[in-house]
Amino acid sequence: MDKLSFVGKSLPRKDALIKVTGRAAYADDREFAGMLYAAAVRSPRPRIKILAISDAKARGIPGYVTLVTYKDIKGVNKWPVVMQDYPFLPEKEARFAGETVALVVAQTAAAAKAAARLVEVKYRELPFIEDPLKALEKDSIKIYGKDNIISSFVIKKGAVDKAFDNAAYVVEGEFSTNYQVHAYLETQGAIAVPETDGGVTVHSSTQCPFYILDAVAAALGLPYHKVKILQTVTGGGFGGKEDVPALVASHAALCAAKTGRPVKLIYGRKEDFQSMSKRHPGWARVAYGADKKGRLTACRVKYVLDGGAYATLSPIVLWRGTVHAAGPYKIANVSIETYAAATNKVPCGAFRGFGQPQICFAQESLIDELAAKIGMDPVEFRLKNMLAPGDKTVTGQKINSSCGLKELVRTVRKRSGWDKKTQNSKLKTQNSAGIARGLGFSATYYGVGLGAKGRYLDRAGALVNIYKDSSVCVNVGNTEMGQGALTVLAQIAAETLNAPYESVRVEEVDTSKVPDSGPTVASRTTLMSGNAIIDAAGPLRERIFKTAFDLLVLKGARASGPMTAARGVFSMGGKSVTFREVTAECWNRRHKMSEQGWYAAPRTTFKMEDGQGDAYVIYSYSADAAEVEVDLKTGVTKVLKIWAAYDVGKIVNPRLATGQAQGGILQGMSWALYENLVYKNGIMVNPNFTDYVLATTADKPEYDITFLEKPYAGGPYKAKGMGEVPLIGVAPAVANAIANACGARVRSVPLLPEKVWKELKK
Amino acid sequence: MHNSKTSSFSLHCLVNGRKIEREIPSSHSLIDFIRLDLGLKGTKEGCGEGECGACMVLLDGKAVNSCLMMAVQIEGRELITIEGIKGKAGGLHPLQKTFMAEGAVQCGFCTPGFIIASEALLRRKPKATLEDIKLELTGNLCRCTGYEKVLSAVEKAIGK
Ligand code: FES
Ligand code: FES
Repeated sequence: MDKLSFVGKSLPRKDALIKVTGRAAYADDREFAGMLYAAAVRSPRPRIKILAISDAKARGIPGYVTLVTYKDIKGVNKWPVVMQDYPFLPEKEARFAGETVALVVAQTAAAAKAAARLVEVKYRELPFIEDPLKALEKDSIKIYGKDNIISSFVIKKGAVDKAFDNAAYVVEGEFSTNYQVHAYLETQGAIAVPETDGGVTVHSSTQCPFYILDAVAAALGLPYHKVKILQTVTGGGFGGKEDVPALVASHAALCAAKTGRPVKLIYGRKEDFQSMSKRHPGWARVAYGADKKGRLTACRVKYVLDGGAYATLSPIVLWRGTVHAAGPYKIANVSIETYAAATNKVPCGAFRGFGQPQICFAQESLIDELAAKIGMDPVEFRLKNMLAPGDKTVTGQKINSSCGLKELVRTVRKRSGWDKKTQNSKLKTQNSAGIARGLGFSATYYGVGLGAKGRYLDRAGALVNIYKDSSVCVNVGNTEMGQGALTVLAQIAAETLNAPYESVRVEEVDTSKVPDSGPTVASRTTLMSGNAIIDAAGPLRERIFKTAFDLLVLKGARASGPMTAARGVFSMGGKSVTFREVTAECWNRRHKMSEQGWYAAPRTTFKMEDGQGDAYVIYSYSADAAEVEVDLKTGVTKVLKIWAAYDVGKIVNPRLATGQAQGGILQGMSWALYENLVYKNGIMVNPNFTDYVLATTADKPEYDITFLEKPYAGGPYKAKGMGEVPLIGVAPAVANAIANACGARVRSVPLLPEKVWKELKK
Repeated sequence: MHNSKTSSFSLHCLVNGRKIEREIPSSHSLIDFIRLDLGLKGTKEGCGEGECGACMVLLDGKAVNSCLMMAVQIEGRELITIEGIKGKAGGLHPLQKTFMAEGAVQCGFCTPGFIIASEALLRRKPKATLEDIKLELTGNLCRCTGYEKVLSAVEKAIGK
């Protein structure tokens, strides 16, 4: 390919104008004639047997319309997600406080909410489990299956016990991490509009319209072609709008089916906290062994996630955590054993990083402890053991040439001034005010896409349509949720067709226009939809380029030199034609100007029995350094600066990529330091932004971000995946920086002042 | 508890430069008035409890969280919502331009609130420093951007 015209440039965001003017229509901004409003009736206790549900009092609310319970479900009362254990509405038992047990419909949103409060649920309390480790004990009460285990995986390689016996250095530690709430600024919401043929159209704030298609069709008992899902402008997702919007949308659809009217269901912030998915709390015991020379020889991990009351995505989240549990290192002897345990709390699911941040915090903290024990610089130690092209991961997968991990580590070491700051101990000692400074490091890898566990979903379609006026419309199955998909995919389409960027429009997803393209998760959109667009645009490109050549010849161009195509113009032998002229001629010639594209991820070889084989097709990489100040009197940590370097393949839009990096870093830092969701006796105590603290402008660190683009031949214009990588390594870098500053090794996230202070007093 | 008879209120105010006279339910919060009675959907509700700033509007030139006020409280006052934010000669406001140019917009749900809060600051302190901006915007949550580009967008709009 000659020079790129559109890919690799910081072109303006397609959706920026509607967003800065307040014109973007999110779910709650859409109105339909005759629309009614739904509100959820929620279980008040962690585990109940439902005896009766009565709307006798609710009927007194002016504008009250009806109550919707499981009895109104015409289809199957089973949400079709992974394990199929979650009913759309419970029949006998509700399994966590906040679970929707019924819905009310009314003329206004306020009336619906008031009525929902008056619906009486008669119940008997059942014994419940709050602690996932207790759930795994043999004599615990059983709330899920035979053993409270939702899912479990192993990775076995080499002879682990022997390797630990022979190791010159061994470290072991227990680590834990708390929930993280997505806190997308737009709460969950959907509108279901009944169609005259008995079908339904659902407008939903979502990352995964095809999951909603599955769910609504199941709940209503409709064939797929009578269900249409339209994605609304989506106010943030981060994994929180992967699976659960299907539940919200199905509830709206059930209400619409019962009333025959459009029904809007928009969540309040509190119920969004209480009932929507979260990052799983994690617990891990990790051990590493190294030989005399400081080479990692053994790793043992036991990793437990608190799955909550239903499986939802826990098996897949756990699998990703399992595969990445030992860190980005070459280790010959590995034993990893992981569990997702059921508890009577909110079901946890996808959150940026997907089961990796929890275990990465544990293993990257422990790597620092091991380096200290050996007496090596932690960055040197990492470099010595780190994966490079040709090496094998713990699952036995050979790393290919698209791996810049070592360069990332060296870049961050240099840019952060690591050597000077950590080796010259004067620089990091405390100042007179009792503030200590420290620097911490981490390195991570991330399997892009769904990998072996999600291989059947790992495909995507695209429809590229060129109109007579030369404007281009692209339909894809992956969504824009703020990350910039509409822009990046338009750049890829423009590049492939040599169409001016301004003339390309990528639509929000409409499930009736493009085949099931899987979820918009796992940093897979650029890769999957990008490749599908290139596939669709390929034949169009051929016709356009051929026609352009003909036109140039007609114009008298000397056909001696090659034709060039750049920025929407075709040139040869001193003559040129525009994309517009060429497409007009294509239409004159009655060429087919619309094409469908498809991309399926290559096969993976992973075996679930021993956890060996290729887990993912390709990996992205990151290295982070954090500089912190710790107040020794209070234990309060402030992050001053984060240096990060990423290898995510070719960067399609540098400005957007930097924005993804900064946002991911801050989300990681906020989780590491502040975000602390509390449960007491099975009830969430702080479901609001006053008591659940998020980082603000005042907490923002300085960012120093570098991209090293290791091209991936299988990616669109050699791109890999970007979205999730920046969050994963932040927490351990901050924890390691705190330890470096003041010796306090905190093994639990969030790294609250009281925890730091307690370590300082030891 | 909900009343069976909702009392109404006749509200007079200036909204985005236009005189408004409306009979509204007196139970309506300011954000209800804006979104439901006026149909101006650019003002967003992120929490409903004064914690996120997504619902900010200018009331007599000052930024307020519209979810925390009752509509009746704006009787006789001047309201500007994101729909009323414009450049001096019409068209885009400098803040809207710099938010776009800097890449301060991702999902965009926080954006109207940030633009309102920043405009209130710039009206009060046309030469605001980066520290001023950081402090002023602590009441606006953004989960997407990491704030860096938002802050640089506001900085760049100063003096424009
Ligand atoms: S909606 Fe008003 S402050 Fe959040
Ligand atoms: S851009 Fe999404 S919350 Fe700010």
